[in-house]
Amino acid sequence: MTSLWSRLEPLLARVRKPARYIGCEDGAIVPQHGHGKVAWLLAYPDVYEVGLPNQGLQILYEILNERPDAVAERTYAPWVDLEALMRERGIPLFSVDSHRAAEDFDILAFNLSSELVFTNLLNMVDLAGVPVRAELRSPTDPLVMIGGHAAFNPEPMADFIDVAVLGEGEEVIGEITEVVREWKVSGRTEGSRLAVLKALAQIPGVYVPSLYGVEYDGDHIREIKPLYAGIPERVMKRTVSDLGDWDYPRRPLAPLTEVVHDRLAVEVFRGCTRGCRFCQAGMITRPVRERPAEQVRSMIVDGLQRTGYNEVSLTSLSTADFSGIESVITSIVPDPTACGAPTVSLPSLRVDAFTVGLAAKVAGGRRSGLTFAPEAGTWRLRTVINKLITEEDLYGAVESAFASGWSRAKLYFLTGLPTETDIDTQGIIDLAAGCVAVGKRHTGRANVTVSIGGFVPKSHTPFQWFGQNSVPELRRKIGLVRDAATKTKGVNVKWHDPSASLAEGLASRGDRRIGAVIERVWRDGGVFQEWSEYFKLDRWLDAMAAEGLSPDFYITRHRDEKEILPWHHLSAGLHQDFLWQDWRASLNEFGLEDCRWTPCYDCGVCTGDGLEHIVASPIPPAGGSQGTGQDLSRGGITPVTLRSKSSVGAT
Amino acid sequence: MKIRVTYAKLGKIRFTGHRDVAHMWERTLRKAGIAVAMSVGFTPRPKMAFGLALPTGAESLIELIDITLDPVSGVTVDDLDSIADRLSTSLPVGMSVTGIRECAGTEVSLQEGVVATTWVMLVAEPENGPDIATAIERVISSAEVLLTRERKGEKHLDDIRPGILELRSADAELMSSLPADWIGESAGHAIVATLTTSGRGIRPTELVEVLVPDSDPPINPWDHLNRVLRINQWIERDGERVDVLTGRAAHTSVSA
Repeated sequence: MTSLWSRLEPLLARVRKPARYIGCEDGAIVPQHGHGKVAWLLAYPDVYEVGLPNQGLQILYEILNERPDAVAERTYAPWVDLEALMRERGIPLFSVDSHRAAEDFDILAFNLSSELVFTNLLNMVDLAGVPVRAELRSPTDPLVMIGGHAAFNPEPMADFIDVAVLGEGEEVIGEITEVVREWKVSGRTEGSRLAVLKALAQIPGVYVPSLYGVEYDGDHIREIKPLYAGIPERVMKRTVSDLGDWDYPRRPLAPLTEVVHDRLAVEVFRGCTRGCRFCQAGMITRPVRERPAEQVRSMIVDGLQRTGYNEVSLTSLSTADFSGIESVITSIVPDPTACGAPTVSLPSLRVDAFTVGLAAKVAGGRRSGLTFAPEAGTWRLRTVINKLITEEDLYGAVESAFASGWSRAKLYFLTGLPTETDIDTQGIIDLAAGCVAVGKRHTGRANVTVSIGGFVPKSHTPFQWFGQNSVPELRRKIGLVRDAATKTKGVNVKWHDPSASLAEGLASRGDRRIGAVIERVWRDGGVFQEWSEYFKLDRWLDAMAAEGLSPDFYITRHRDEKEILPWHHLSAGLHQDFLWQDWRASLNEFGLEDCRWTPCYDCGVCTGDGLEHIVASPIPPAGGSQGTGQDLSRGGITPVTLRSKSSVGAT
Repeated sequence: MKIRVTYAKLGKIRFTGHRDVAHMWERTLRKAGIAVAMSVGFTPRPKMAFGLALPTGAESLIELIDITLDPVSGVTVDDLDSIADRLSTSLPVGMSVTGIRECAGTEVSLQEGVVATTWVMLVAEPENGPDIATAIERVISSAEVLLTRERKGEKHLDDIRPGILELRSADAELMSSLPADWIGESAGHAIVATLTTSGRGIRPTELVEVLVPDSDPPINPWDHLNRVLRINQWIERDGERVDVLTGRAAHTSVSA
C-alpha cells in the first residue's frame, strides 16, 4: 500500500482546479490503516465540489474512523481532464486523504444521490482497476457497495454492484464492517466472495442483488426471489431511531477550495410527513425524527468554531417545521455589531407568512431573494400531488416577503405531473403574475422568477405507477409557460432542457435489463450525465435500441396495481397498499394531512419498524401548516381517471 | 491597528488558488478568534489586503497579507507574538506564519509596492535541444527575448528580456538554505530568477517557455517546471530595489 502522490503530483498543475485532489481539508482525518482493519473507500461519483459537502459521506467517514476495526478515506470522480492523464499513465482511482489506490481498500462504497451519476460509478470502478461487472470480480477485488436515496431502486445497477444498503448508514456500517473483517482475517480465499455476500445479506438493510433471481414474462416481471436458502425474501430499509444519539459530523469538513455548499451544515431533523406524493425523499426517510434543540445549538457553536465558517445552514426536508426553530434562531441569530456573527440559511422552507418572518430574522441586511416551492399552478393539481398550499398561503407569504424588504421571489414548479392539463400549466404563470401584483404594492422593482423542472416519477412513492411525460410533451409544456411569461411583466422563466429526464426516468424505475443500457452509455463516453455539456440524449436512445428495449415500456407507460415493480422485494417501510391508496386518492384530488399532528393513517413505517415520530411539539407550527386543520373539501369532488398519454395536454 | 503578516505556503496546498487562500484567511482569523475590522456597506468584508497572487501550483517562503484589526479587539504590539502563534495553529497544513509586525497606514500597499519577485525553479532538462545551463547563457546574453503571449484573446509578440532581472543556476548554498523537505522526489536543474511584476509581469511558466526548445504542439511549461518556489519579494525605494521585509538593497545587479 503506497501513496500514488508522487505520480499524481506532476499532473496536477496541468489540470483545472487541482485543489480537488489534494485533500488536506480542515476536519480531515489522518487515516490509520492496519492489519485486521476493514478499509472503506467512501466514494462520491461526482466532482469534488459537489461531493465534498455531502453530509451522509462525512458522517460515515467519521463514524468508521472512530471504530478500532475500520479505517475510511474519501474519493470523488476525477474531472475529465485528470481522468485522461490518469488513464494515459496507468494511474488508478485514488483516495484524497492519503492518495492510496482504490484497489487497496476492502470496500468501495458509493453514495448515490441521483440516478444520473450511475455511469460515473461504472467509470470510477473501472478506473479503480476493478471489473465493472460484479460476476467477474475475484476475492482480491474490493466489494462495491451503494447507498443513498438513489439506491432505493438498485436494480439497474444490479450487474455492477455487490451490495446495496437501504436507508440510513450510521448503524449498519458497523455491522458490515464486522462481517467483512472476518472475511479479511480468513484470507479472502478463492470462492469466498459468495460466502461473504451471503453473510452480508443476513444484515437487515443489506441487499445483495446477485443472490436474487428475476424471472420475466415477456416484458413484465413474473417473480423476484432469493436463489439460496436463508436469504430474506424482502429487504427492509434501516432507520436510526433517535437522531440525538448521532451528533455527527462532529468534525465537519471545511475544504480549502470553493464547493457548492460552502458553509457549515447542521441537520435539524430527518424524515418528512408532509406527504408530497412526488417526493421520494419525503417517503423513504420517514418517520420524522427531530434533533434536540440544545444539540442543534451545540453543533452550530462547535462547528463554527472548528471550521471558522460564519454561515450555517439548518438542513432538513422542511426546516420551518422543526419545532425548535424559533428558539435556535433566537439564540444564534447574528448580532450585527459583533464581527463574525453567523449568518443562518434556511433551505427547504414552507410557503407561509410565518416562514417569511423566520427568513427575515436571519437575513440581516441582505435581501437577495426568497424561494418558495408551490410545485403546481392550480389548487386542483396541488391536491393531486398533496402539496397543500392555497393561493392565500402563497400570496400571504409573498406579501410578507415584499413587505419585509425583498424585491425578488423565486417560485419552483414541476411540470409533467399526473392529471396535469394545460390549464394547470398556464396556472403557473397566473400564480407568478399574482405574486408580482402583490409585490408591486410594495416596490416597483418587484419581480418573480419561475423555475420549472420536468417531473420524474420515483420508486417507493405513490407516483411510482405513473407514466412519465415524454420529452416532447415536457418541452411543449415548458414552452407554454415561456410563451405566457413573455406576455407577463415582471415574470422570468428558468428551465432546463428536459431531455435528461428520460435517462433519469429510465434509471429511476428500470429493472435489471437497464444495466446493459447504462454500460453502453458509459462505454460510449457518457459520464457526468448531470452536467448538461456532457449529456447526449441520443446516447441513451441508441443504447436502448441496441438492447431492444422500449422507452415507452420503461418510462412513459402507466403501471397497474398487479404489476410486479422491479423494487418489489425492497421496502422503505411503506405498505404497498398505502402507496396504492394514496395514488388513487391523488387521482381523486384528495389531500392527506400531516400525520405529525393528525391521526396516523398507517403508511406502515412506524408500525412496521417499531418506530415513532420524535417531534418536540404536539401542535403544528405557527402560521400555515399546509393541510393540517385546513379545509380540504375542495378536493375529492370529481373523480379523475388517467387518460391515455396520447391525448395532448393531459397526462 | 494594521498588521503585516508574512507566511509560507508549501506542499500539497500549493494547488489551491489565490481566491481559495483569501477564504482560508477569513476562516483562519475567525478560528483564531482575532477580530478583524470590517468594511462598511451592504455586504461588509473583512479588511484584508493581499500581495501579489501566487500562481496555482507555485510555493512560497514569503507571502504577504495586511490585516486591519478591529479597534475593539484591543490588540497592542505586545500581543503580536501570540497572534502569530494562534494564526499558525489555525492555518491549514502547509501554511504557517513566518513574521508579523505593525504596519503603518502610510506604507505603500502590497499590490502596488512589489515590483519584482525571486523564484527558485526546478526545471527538467529537455530531451532534445540545448540544456538549461546553455539556455540560461543564451537568455542573459541576448538583448531581446521574444515570447508570444495572449492578451484579451489576441496574440502579442513581447520582448520579455527587460523583465528578467536576474537569472542563474542556483548554487549549493542557496539550495541548502531551503526547507529540507521542499524538493522531495522532484528533480531538475535548479535556477534562480528574479522577474518583474510591474506592468505585464513575467510568470515563471513564461520563463520556462523561453528556456526549453519550442515544439509543435506547443509545450506545456508545467511538463518541465517540476517545482517553483517564491523566495523573495522586492519593493522600490528611492529608485532602488529593496527586500520587502528587511529593506535591504538587492545585492545582485539589475542587469545580468
